[in-house]
Amino acid sequence: MIKKFDKKDEESGSGSNPFQHLEKSAVLQEARIFNETPINPRRCLHILTKIIYLLNQGEHFGTTEATEAFFAMTRLFQSNDQTLRRMCYLTIKEMANISEDVIIVTSSLTKDMTGKEDVYRGPAIRALCRITDTTMLQAIERYMKQAIVDKVPSVSSSALVSSLHMVKMSYDVVKRWVNEAQEAASSDNIMVQYHALGLLYHLRKNDRLAVTKMLNKFTKSGLKSPFAYCMLIRIASKLLDETEGGHDSPLFDFIESCLRNKNEMVVYEAASAIVHMPNCTARELAPAVSVLQLFCSSPKAALRYAAVRTLNKVAMKHPSAVTACNLDLENLITDSNRSIATLAITTLLKTGSESSVDRLMKQISSFVSEISDEFKVVVVQAISALCQKYPRKHSVMMNFLSNMLRDDGGFEYKRAIVDCIISIIEENPESKETGLAHLCEFIEDCEHTVLATKILHLLGKEGPRTPQPSKYIRFIFNRVVLESEAVRAAAVSALAKFGAQNDDLLPSVLVLMQRCMMDSDDEVRDRATFYMNVLQQKQKALNAAYIFNGLSVSIPGLEKSLHQYTLEPSEKPFDMKSVPLATTPITEPKTEIAPVATSKLPEKLARSRQDIYQEQLAAIPEFQSLGPLFKSSEPVQLTEAETEYVVRCVKHTFARHMVFQFDCTNTLNDQLLQKVVVQMEPSEAYEVIHYIPAPSLPYSQPGSCYSLVRLPDDDPTAVSCTFSCTMKYLVRDCDPNTGEPDDDGYDDEYVLEDLEVTVADHIQKILKPNFGAAWDEVGDEFEKEETFALASVRTLDEAVGNIISFLGMQPCERSDKVPENKNSHVLFLAGVFRGGHDVLVRARLALADGVTMQVTVRSSEETVVDVILASVG
Amino acid sequence: MDSTSLEPSLYTVKAVFILDNDGNRLLSKYYDPELYPSMKEQKNFERNVFNKTHKADNEIAFLEGMTIVYKSSIDLFFYVVGSAQENELMLMSVLNCMFESLTHILRKNVERRCLLDNMEGVFLVVDEIIDGGVILESDPLQVLQKVNYRLMSEPAYGFVLLDYITGNLEAQTDRSQLL
Repeated sequence: MIKKFDKKDEESGSGSNPFQHLEKSAVLQEARIFNETPINPRRCLHILTKIIYLLNQGEHFGTTEATEAFFAMTRLFQSNDQTLRRMCYLTIKEMANISEDVIIVTSSLTKDMTGKEDVYRGPAIRALCRITDTTMLQAIERYMKQAIVDKVPSVSSSALVSSLHMVKMSYDVVKRWVNEAQEAASSDNIMVQYHALGLLYHLRKNDRLAVTKMLNKFTKSGLKSPFAYCMLIRIASKLLDETEGGHDSPLFDFIESCLRNKNEMVVYEAASAIVHMPNCTARELAPAVSVLQLFCSSPKAALRYAAVRTLNKVAMKHPSAVTACNLDLENLITDSNRSIATLAITTLLKTGSESSVDRLMKQISSFVSEISDEFKVVVVQAISALCQKYPRKHSVMMNFLSNMLRDDGGFEYKRAIVDCIISIIEENPESKETGLAHLCEFIEDCEHTVLATKILHLLGKEGPRTPQPSKYIRFIFNRVVLESEAVRAAAVSALAKFGAQNDDLLPSVLVLMQRCMMDSDDEVRDRATFYMNVLQQKQKALNAAYIFNGLSVSIPGLEKSLHQYTLEPSEKPFDMKSVPLATTPITEPKTEIAPVATSKLPEKLARSRQDIYQEQLAAIPEFQSLGPLFKSSEPVQLTEAETEYVVRCVKHTFARHMVFQFDCTNTLNDQLLQKVVVQMEPSEAYEVIHYIPAPSLPYSQPGSCYSLVRLPDDDPTAVSCTFSCTMKYLVRDCDPNTGEPDDDGYDDEYVLEDLEVTVADHIQKILKPNFGAAWDEVGDEFEKEETFALASVRTLDEAVGNIISFLGMQPCERSDKVPENKNSHVLFLAGVFRGGHDVLVRARLALADGVTMQVTVRSSEETVVDVILASVG
Repeated sequence: MDSTSLEPSLYTVKAVFILDNDGNRLLSKYYDPELYPSMKEQKNFERNVFNKTHKADNEIAFLEGMTIVYKSSIDLFFYVVGSAQENELMLMSVLNCMFESLTHILRKNVERRCLLDNMEGVFLVVDEIIDGGVILESDPLQVLQKVNYRLMSEPAYGFVLLDYITGNLEAQTDRSQLL
């Protein structure tokens, strides 16, 4: 038979494809022979294959032609050819969405699914469930229940998997089959076991107790299927994750016991589950790491990859736990699978010593061009982490990065490199000049507008403060000549910063600006004209306000306010202070060094948390007259984590009022709460003027109630206050299963923890990129200075952290990082006080038997200065 | 990628495809409707995967946020795709099962021409291994038993009868070997 193939190949030329020149219309024409009697199974089979092949290639079938072919196909059920029948099932599944009236085959399929031919039954069930909708499901329910507990494994598996697919569509019907699924779970067949477990979990996953019970049962009885074991491990680790407790539970013991399973798949799943658990101790990790270590020398590439990828994860949090594997990882750095080699090297970079860095970097640069962009990003992130660990190695890294920057690569990859260089520059002042030089070279030939503008912005910020600012001007002005509008505009802004900072460069910058005023683009011309005029004034305050420290308002907020202003014409000029301030984005520490899934969606303009709150609050009529939202605090927990009701509070500050938003969750499934309010008793002259209750709080659905409080007008220094809070509500007991409440209820209350309002709630963080300029701009009209001794504080780091969190202000000029081995430090803080007054704080700290602190406060308003000093004291 | 463990679910396989040595699609199934919903995105993805994998037989790769296990034979490439957090060994077991089942069905002749001549068998094998993203079976012997497929050659009509007889005989011997 094989010989015959060879002969045919010679005739038609090897590599010919019998389906290559298929025409849809010709195939559909051929499908007419379905109607011939007697049926020719061989030919019909071939035509069905062609139809499925065409569908698979993405050929589009119109509804009419698809329906026609489908109806013709139904005649083939008369033939008893096995393969032909099986292909009919496949065709039904493929055409279920494109043909009309597919349900006409229901009776044929039901007959096959309950018939004597076991070969037909499983596939018939799967085809039938594919074309069944909720209403029809009732009709076949009886057969499905029987099929789930059928003795033939393929029938039972097919029924279970099809039920799982239908859970999304008709949960309520499938839920009734839970007993049958339970029975199937004790089947001897490993796949039936696995499928039954999957279905059971899916039906019960919202019921914690039932899941726990199920898990107990199966972990004790011991399953045979490795797939089912993997599933159990995932369920167990999810439960563990939700309990937030320690790991000395039977669940953890179960996962750990799976490390000794004889199937590699299960062992790996267990190791990976342990590694991914948050706050795992080194002792708990050790057994998982040692099985992964064994896998590193497996002949199977997939297993080596899985092991080293997971070790890489461990190394991010617990580098010391992985050091034991260093030798095995060393063997992998020359692995022919470059993904494995890359992961091994990046892991070693995290765990190895400073001395091995050079060698590893050399190894990796030998094949960096061969690996995919995803892994190049991993490498860059590893380097970035390394630079923080070994600052002295920055010159090696910088060289390596600049070489990578010159290679080809996608946007994500280049962005990772640029971000990494920028972070090195920020961490190590001595690497600033080389870093900037590399970036300058990069923008000479950069196709990504976003990166070019980002770098230009950085040059504008850092360049003027280097010893030789003039050398950057050339690079920046080249952009003005060569690039697109967005980049040209950014270049103009950067130039202006050089002119404002360096007096000796000012004349040349002005000449360049003059040229930019001839630009063909509006934005570039506008910027040039604006900066030109500001610079010509030669006033420090103007420079600070309009060139160094730009707008600090929230952009969506500004858009909304301006829109509102144009809707209501008035004589008054637009007031910038009425616009909510931008919240400084909290840069989250980068925890993910693993390959990042590239997002496929275009990034939406992320709205800040505050913009969302602003919108929510504005929708409540009582709060509409309060003006713009000034600040929203982080949520404060007012209950313990594991109590009947979970309440957290967000404090929203307005110009003269505060709104407390209580997010409440009812964790009792036999209660429905109604008319929920949190009553507040203030300790100071604060006045509660309004409560807005949450109308109803069903089990596990969070709801919010609000309290509106007026701030004392007569005493502006009263910034702190303590509220004692009590939650009051109407309880209606209800049936835990149906959620149906009783008719009448009773009043009840629940005491919450006290809520504090502090000075930080009145100050919004604001970043002044150039603190010195801002300091001069505010001036010393209301400057006050005082010295404090912080006796209880032992280190400068701790003192800096305390001050920042107490005042709730933004550290500027990276002054929140205290250099090592220093006895004194200066902290710069900037913020805006409620009502729109800028506040700047300079704190000089000195370490000697506790920390001594000299605080200087400047503001445009005297009371604000007093408030801050009073609250620090 | 979120670092938390993945939601326990039976939906393991995101996609399966078989390409020829020019990267053309011979068979492909996408099980997650959110992953590459359009034909153009699917073919782009396949092209990208092919370009990154056809030079070296490395068994596993990570692309576009997906874990991909693969295997090649003469002029064919077999791929199984799962999410980034998926257990790589599970994906491997699917790939191995598919490959071994097809090896049997095609009488060790795992090359493009033979595969295309027996396309219906290939469709049926894939259908028995994965159903809507759920691993239905991972044991090749079971798959072969369920598919119960006879090798077929191009229908040169004079040979149909002969083929039928020999094919049937062979299928029987084949089964007795398997069982």
